[in-house]
Amino acid sequence: MSENPNNWPLWEIFIQSKRGLDHKHVGSLHAADADMAIENARDVYTRRNEGNSIWVVKSEHIHASRPEDAESFYDPADDKVYRHPTFYTMPEGAKYI
Amino acid sequence: MTDVKNLEELFQAKIDAELKIEPKDWMPDAYRKNLIRQISQHAHSEVVGMLPEGNWITRAPSLKRKAILLAKVQDEGGHGLYLYSAVETMGVSREQTIDDLLSGKAKYSSIFNYPTLTWADIGAIGWLVDGAAIMNQVMLCRTSYGPYARAMVRICKEESFHQRQGYEIMAVLAKGTPEQKEMAQDALNRWWWPSLMMFGPTDANSPHSAQSMKWKIKRQSNDELRQTFIDRTVQQAEVIGLTIPDPELKWNEATQHYDWGAIDWTEFNNVVAGNGPCNKERLAARNKAHSEGAWVREAAVAYAAKKAKKKAA
Repeated sequence: MSENPNNWPLWEIFIQSKRGLDHKHVGSLHAADADMAIENARDVYTRRNEGNSIWVVKSEHIHASRPEDAESFYDPADDKVYRHPTFYTMPEGAKYI
Repeated sequence: MTDVKNLEELFQAKIDAELKIEPKDWMPDAYRKNLIRQISQHAHSEVVGMLPEGNWITRAPSLKRKAILLAKVQDEGGHGLYLYSAVETMGVSREQTIDDLLSGKAKYSSIFNYPTLTWADIGAIGWLVDGAAIMNQVMLCRTSYGPYARAMVRICKEESFHQRQGYEIMAVLAKGTPEQKEMAQDALNRWWWPSLMMFGPTDANSPHSAQSMKWKIKRQSNDELRQTFIDRTVQQAEVIGLTIPDPELKWNEATQHYDWGAIDWTEFNNVVAGNGPCNKERLAARNKAHSEGAWVREAAVAYAAKKAKKKAA
């Protein structure tokens, strides 16, 4: 994209709401660099104690799978029911399994 | 190769099955255009909406009210950002979206072209304007475009304090001196009808509504939302002893809704056309802020480059 060099790049923001949980994508914002992105993310996405840790990633570094390929891309998982514990018949009376 | 007709059928099937549309999914051009217009107008409304309230930050009647108003106005800025980000997922640059506001090409909610003359107007805005916006936004939490729906969920969580702080301001004034009560009533008189106009034209005069409903961008019609808003707000006005400025307002036992008077659509169209009391002032204020902030954007880029260089060395 031919953009004004004074435009700040776009960053994707991930917030961990509580210690021990995953960082979750919450949105995006523009900032001149990573430090500023983190500060802006604090102001925009944690005004009500929504998190205690922030990750920022330049949006251009995110690569995504293609929605139009979704069917063939994920269908290897469709016919492998034996990957789920409910596939197996347990002998009557066995405990803790 | 799938043809466009087929793609459109698949798209509609997804919508009918209540599956969200995500940025990289195929979508009809008209759906994309419609959403870019709607979401960017919504974003601009949040940003321009900071101006009438900003007018009272330095003159709030107490430190408590000032802190609350500052927090509210900051929230509105945040809401603008969530929505601008949602527009960006549709492939329009932020710069383009902002430029469309600054040049006057893009619209924003006409309600913000009315002035805030007294402190009670801050109460009326929170209670009525945010109240009306919430009706619309709660519906939009279930809109079909994923990034828009997610932005709305976040916004709705924050918005309920906005309405409550406004209603509290009105309640306190209505219980105050006769002058204070009169000020609250005057604000209600001036903001009531413009608030009803916020829901947009009547269903009969809203040509795009049917398509928006089919695409599940909207889920309730303008008239339905407006009626719910009236039914709820009349009771709230009664509780604090204020009178809705509509002589035709009357409870209808048969419909279990209020009947009410006619909206002056000439006024609405005039304000939309740019002839409201503050249209020029609002746009000028945005342009001034944007141009006077240019050096900050440039300085931040220069500082980031300097820091990166230092780090590399």
